[in-house]
Amino acid sequence: MSSFLSQQVPLSWYLLLSAALFSLGVVGFLFKRNLITVFMSIELMLNGVNLSFVTFAHQWHAVKGQIFVFFVMMVAAAEAAVGLAILIAVFRARATLAADRIDLMKL
Amino acid sequence: MHVILFAVFAGFCLAGAINLLLQSHPINSALSLIVVMTSLAVLYLMLGAEFLAIAQVIVYAGAIMVLFTFVVMLLNAGREDRTLGSRAALRIGFPAVVAFLAVIATMILHAQGLGQASLNEAITTTEELSAVLFTKLLLPFEVTSVLILIAILGAVALASRSEGQEERTGGK
Repeated sequence: MSSFLSQQVPLSWYLLLSAALFSLGVVGFLFKRNLITVFMSIELMLNGVNLSFVTFAHQWHAVKGQIFVFFVMMVAAAEAAVGLAILIAVFRARATLAADRIDLMKL
Repeated sequence: MHVILFAVFAGFCLAGAINLLLQSHPINSALSLIVVMTSLAVLYLMLGAEFLAIAQVIVYAGAIMVLFTFVVMLLNAGREDRTLGSRAALRIGFPAVVAFLAVIATMILHAQGLGQASLNEAITTTEELSAVLFTKLLLPFEVTSVLILIAILGAVALASRSEGQEERTGGK
């Protein structure tokens, strides 16, 4: 209760939130059946990891952790563009987005 | 104040992430992911990362999620089938995720030397960030721009229907 009334938040809470977001992303990746939602779960995992990068950058007063997050964001943007284009190509060839029905590498 | 802000936006984050899993329609999942990303931007700001907070809103909640919603609407993705599913994911995957989360949580809770975060403390300005980014890390930055360019070209090449491909599918 005393920590709740103080003005400070322990950094471990941020790390726990980050771990929880990552785990929810893994659960979504495993259990969702729509390819677009599976892809969104990957973005959720990336965001969870980014939060722990920012937390450690705050802990060590280091700028490099934040720059790492910047690069992760750029790579995620590139990945989203290419991945969604692949989804469009797959949908054109198969007319479905269910992950169970897409089981051949051949278009 | 910091505790209240953290509780509110961490709650938004977790609620959005759980809602992403529970919704069966992809557009609802996309909208709850936008909630997650915007509240993460507030958490970044509370940790003193002002540039990343803005970049999170612009790049993630703006660009990437708009791309997602466009694709969801373009492909007219309907509800997902709940009947199709693998048993292996349920039997092995879910306990593995729970075990992973438990291990990480105990490691974090037993970690020594983790500090506290409070408002108005140790804010990394955009100037400090760009000073490092454009001097020491200039080459990775430029390589990233090439990567983005290649990704754009690849996306256009994949998404546009080429004439040869049309011929091939038409011939079948």
